[in-house]
Amino acid sequence: MWRRIVSILVARNREFYRDRAGLGWNIIMPVVFVFGFALIFSGEPQDMFKVGILSSQQDRELAQSPFMDTKHIDFIMVNDEADAIAKIERHQLDLLMDTGTSSRYWINEYSQKGYLAERLMHAAYAESSQPLPQRQTVSGKALRYVDWVLPGILAMNMMFSCFWGVGWVIVRYRKNGVLRRLQATPLSAFEFLTAQVLSRLAVVLVATIVVYAGADLFLDFIMRGSYLTLFIVYIAGAMCLISMGLIIAARLRTEELADGLLNIFSWPMLLLSGVWFSMEGTSAAAQFLSRLMPLTHLVDAARAVMIDGAGLLQVLPQIMMLGGTGLLLLLIAAKLFRWD
Amino acid sequence: MTQLLEAVDLVKTFPGVRAVDGISFDVTRGQCFGLLGPNGAGKTTTMEILEGITRPLSGQVLYQGRALDREYREDIGIQFQSTALQDFQTVQESLVMFTRLYRESADIAELIELCNLDDILHRDTRKLSGGQRQRLLLAIALVNDPKLVFLDEPTTGLDPQARRNFWGLIETVLQRGKTVILTTHYMEEAQRLCDDIVIVDQGRIIARGSPGTLVKQHLPAVIARLPAQAWPGDTPLPDNCELRNGFIEMFADEEHRLLEQLESSGANLGDLKIESPNLEDLFLKLTGHALRS
Repeated sequence: MWRRIVSILVARNREFYRDRAGLGWNIIMPVVFVFGFALIFSGEPQDMFKVGILSSQQDRELAQSPFMDTKHIDFIMVNDEADAIAKIERHQLDLLMDTGTSSRYWINEYSQKGYLAERLMHAAYAESSQPLPQRQTVSGKALRYVDWVLPGILAMNMMFSCFWGVGWVIVRYRKNGVLRRLQATPLSAFEFLTAQVLSRLAVVLVATIVVYAGADLFLDFIMRGSYLTLFIVYIAGAMCLISMGLIIAARLRTEELADGLLNIFSWPMLLLSGVWFSMEGTSAAAQFLSRLMPLTHLVDAARAVMIDGAGLLQVLPQIMMLGGTGLLLLLIAAKLFRWD
Repeated sequence: MTQLLEAVDLVKTFPGVRAVDGISFDVTRGQCFGLLGPNGAGKTTTMEILEGITRPLSGQVLYQGRALDREYREDIGIQFQSTALQDFQTVQESLVMFTRLYRESADIAELIELCNLDDILHRDTRKLSGGQRQRLLLAIALVNDPKLVFLDEPTTGLDPQARRNFWGLIETVLQRGKTVILTTHYMEEAQRLCDDIVIVDQGRIIARGSPGTLVKQHLPAVIARLPAQAWPGDTPLPDNCELRNGFIEMFADEEHRLLEQLESSGANLGDLKIESPNLEDLFLKLTGHALRS
């Protein structure tokens, strides 16, 4: 019995270590992950609270408050009162101070960090003998993690669908001769690729809508912006991701290689695009890499629309960037494309 | 009058091998032209150059006297040796998809009838048998009512019955005035279907002509074969005999001469076979190795 078991065992082991792609994935990737996370989180420890300082004077040094001597607090100058108050409501600022003539401060009753920031402020003022500013309260529930993470998850889903549904499929077509058969017809490379892009665009958008609507039924997401703007953002993102998939698929002939390359592109994007955790507070290198990734801009724009209620004009830079990159990559892919 | 298709001095190399080494021939409108040769001879590569899919290193292909252009694709139909079709489509859907890629198309209903696809129209293309698949691929090759049809080893892998049925189909296609260029390593196929053939080996043409003429030119009219041990040990072999692979082969231009020789030799004629030589024999003679390895 053991002889038979060992015979199969040896054959299976041989299969494993001779499969270089599989080997790489099993051994090298975990190492890359460990170093990747070390890199991402190697930045300086972040400040623990965010306090907005409303001041007509932009220069921070001229704004006076004993609170501002407190360490480990990020004091951010703001000049739009309504916008800053909205941020307090959404827990994006922990406390807002007006250090001008009418000395006031705002705090969100539901904010845990706001509560603590307020205690620190009182302590600072107690030590200083200056009078405490007037207290104003606002209310607003904290953002749930699921509200924050949803735009990223939709984008991530879109990325996988675009990469494997277009990129990998074309490589498979090339390998099994489907492309060769089409090459023998009057169909051009551009026509073929356009059809692939449009098909995947439709699929990905419908899937995103279905997932969104279905999940919304149960989880009731925050959606402060317009659905149309969000739709446009996702279209631009999908175009860009599909084109990335096409570039990878333009010449490859084996699915294993395509798989490997698609993974090399998708995993770093997953980690560094702010899908699961905010890139704020990560190391400078990680943030730099993050900015280079299309997924980052898609996630940022989607979040801006859903959570901050950003309008079309505000996310237009990201839309243009995604759409423009998508078009450029499509043209390059058409140029590089090989039928066999 | 210009020939329908001309191959002029085609050369194509791959790393380490000269797959096509100076091949030239022309094809007349309405004929069935065959490229015959063993696997690895360069037939498929030559076909791909003729189809406009691969570019030769040097040489050119002329269609109706002109170099190949985009219009060429509208006029030709191709059946590849190994091809895949897109998954999850039925026979009918595949046909329609290809039809829409061309400006003009044939009568689909008629094609379906010709290629006997009625019964399998709604079947998934992945679930077809070898013979059904080849019929569908032929239909797809004819979907644009092409003037010129390329068939690359169309019956390889088919059982004898399916092969014969397919030959009938090709003959019908030829009757409609189309020109067919096919590759094969089955000499029976070339002999039955082709008006004109070239024999290709190691990237070069080693013979050209009609199957019947070629055989007559190079080989005698009759061959007799019998096992070597059937020959009496003390009698020497006559001049028109060869010993090959444990068999004695006797050649003559007339059957009765052979029979006289055999009778007078005293050989055991129990396992005697008398045949007319065919392309297989021709190929063996010209190259020293067999058509089918």
